[in-house]
Amino acid sequence: MYKYDDYDQQLVDERVEQFREQVNRRLSGELSEEEFRPLRLMNGVYLQLHAYMLRVAIPYGTISTAQMRQFAYIARTYDKGYGHFTTRQNIQFNWPKLVDIPDILKDLSKVQMHAIQTSGNCIRNTTADQYAGASFDELEDPRPWCEIIRQWSTMHPEFTYLPRKFKMAVTGSPSDRAAVAIHDIGLRIRRDDQGDLGFEVMVGGGLGRTPMIGKTICEFLPKEDLLSYLEAILRVYNQFGRRDNKYKARIKILVHEIGAETFADLVEKEWVHIRDSALQLPQSEIDAIQAHFTPPPFEVLPSLSSVFADKVATDQAFAYWVKNNVREHKQQGYAIANISLKPVGGIPGDISHTQMDALADLADQYSFGEIRSTHEQNLVLAHVKRDDLYALWQKLDAYDLATPNSGLITDLIACPGLDYCALANSRSIPLAQRISNRFGELDRQHDIGKIQIKISGCINACTHHHVGHIGILGVDKKGQEFYQITLGGRADEHAKIGKIVGAGFSTDEVVDAVETLIDTYLNLRENKEETFLDAFNRVGEQPFKEALYDAR
Amino acid sequence: MTLVKNNLVIEDKWTFVGDEEDLPKTNAIVTLKRWQEDREALLARFDNLGIVLRSDENPQVIAEDVSFFQVIALDFPVYTDGRAYSYARLLRERFGYKGELRAIGNVLRDQIFLMHRCGFDAFEINQGGNKALKIWLDAQKEVTTFYQPTGDGRNTVLSLRERRRLAKSAS
Ligand code: SF4
Repeated sequence: MYKYDDYDQQLVDERVEQFREQVNRRLSGELSEEEFRPLRLMNGVYLQLHAYMLRVAIPYGTISTAQMRQFAYIARTYDKGYGHFTTRQNIQFNWPKLVDIPDILKDLSKVQMHAIQTSGNCIRNTTADQYAGASFDELEDPRPWCEIIRQWSTMHPEFTYLPRKFKMAVTGSPSDRAAVAIHDIGLRIRRDDQGDLGFEVMVGGGLGRTPMIGKTICEFLPKEDLLSYLEAILRVYNQFGRRDNKYKARIKILVHEIGAETFADLVEKEWVHIRDSALQLPQSEIDAIQAHFTPPPFEVLPSLSSVFADKVATDQAFAYWVKNNVREHKQQGYAIANISLKPVGGIPGDISHTQMDALADLADQYSFGEIRSTHEQNLVLAHVKRDDLYALWQKLDAYDLATPNSGLITDLIACPGLDYCALANSRSIPLAQRISNRFGELDRQHDIGKIQIKISGCINACTHHHVGHIGILGVDKKGQEFYQITLGGRADEHAKIGKIVGAGFSTDEVVDAVETLIDTYLNLRENKEETFLDAFNRVGEQPFKEALYDAR
Repeated sequence: MTLVKNNLVIEDKWTFVGDEEDLPKTNAIVTLKRWQEDREALLARFDNLGIVLRSDENPQVIAEDVSFFQVIALDFPVYTDGRAYSYARLLRERFGYKGELRAIGNVLRDQIFLMHRCGFDAFEINQGGNKALKIWLDAQKEVTTFYQPTGDGRNTVLSLRERRRLAKSAS
């Protein structure tokens, strides 16, 4: 994985001291909370309902074991012993004291981490496929490109006060696990007719009040032009994005209002001027960054592991975990292990400091010292020998990290909601817990099969509920929490915005409503292989609508 | 209000003139509207002319005219309105503007440095002289590492890395 050189380190160190000085000015009263606000936001410090929250960037979701141990230390020392993984592959600490935050940032800088640009109207952390470098269908590892973007976007002098926040995602595989189509810019690595690798560039995806799927404005961008093209997009957006209304300020509105073709024209016109500038990436730099992401020293292994096969045959619990959480790896004899942070009835994405330390040890032992975070609020050990899976699973289980529900109904995504978030209309976490408990029984989960439920506590849509197979949005109706349901969304390479199915449900009704949807699906599916989403696409919303509302 | 330029507090010789106001004898900074309406008269009358652009006035419209101005002032109505960062770079790096590029409006300590990187060289700071100068000087010191090439001439991390690679392959 990427290691800072002295320049990278220096910038982060300088930034820590800069923020320490800003915090001192706040604590001494020289800065009002109002004046301090933009400064803390540039360093990922939010003021939540009960306390400050610190959001730490995990660039493209790759974490070293030293970094994971540092998270554990921070959770233990400055927080209540927990961290919380977010839907943008970052980690949040919900209870730090303001006076401690400069020290926390200092601790993070020692393991090459920071909180720069994890909030504010700037370019945020670039996310990537969590199976990068491990997936068999990958054309190229997207992470070196994310790192190149990270450096270019870090304290970009021109793009720090954009109309609104700006998010990018990169995938190197045709099957899109990074949800690139719902980002302000989505990059998909692809080949042109000559067989050269480059990027398909999508802009204007995003959710919130006006959900939209990104539009392709460049079918094939040569790699060396990546930064000049991004700079051209951002420059057009910075000048012409709307600033009169916060809800119309994302790039998707600009692209929508002037049309993708006009937008592409503007970008092209700007790009012509800067394409051959110092932004052009020299091959030497691409090589140098890519060298940080060379594959780990895989062993040459047989395709079949008898240890593994034997345990799958004899230990049912292990077999379930394998079936649900283990994925195929490009390297023969290896596998990808998904670590669920969704124990039945638990808080999605939460992890304790003991679990973090344990995972770091396991990653050192079994996965080349590297851990991934996912936008589904789970973790991944990307390179595990099949021979080792059983031992790994046993140890994970000892720390309550072996929940075998990856991709199943209890692997649901929920935002902090009204328990923490100052913007929330409704609670998300307790609802997630109730749904999880309702469907917790594993046989039932297996019967229901693959399905994704996403719960957002307000229209900011942090969990991307519009693209959940079942999306749940908390709304406020005369001071009461209500939940609106959307159906049929998806975030993959066939990304689609779900449709609102009808009137919302009260806190008391909503879990039953979800169950009604599930029962309806089970009754009408053609066979066990037909997933909820497939069935929905075949029959449409009508049967679901009837089931939900006709009885009312 | 203090004008800081080239590490100094300087006296402001310029007068901002509203659309309806009488013109001074010299050193007038006029609005875009006035420039567009009275261009010939202004050029005939002034040796020293400046223009101020609101944040919704794109300098593209004066791209051909920049050589007529000694001062271009760009307004930040609120610090969160970041359009003028792009405008500044366009003026400097594309339209070849060489005169004073002045930041006015909500010009604050924690943005000044970004402005400088984009090509601003003069700053109207809403503080007394000493305080204003200190704000400028402190803001310069905080960061010394730059990833992005802009027109400001600072070495980027990439150029430093390239230099190192060259030195390494030469030795
Ligand atoms: S969706 Fe709304 S309530 Fe949930 S975390 Fe985002 S802003 Fe807060």
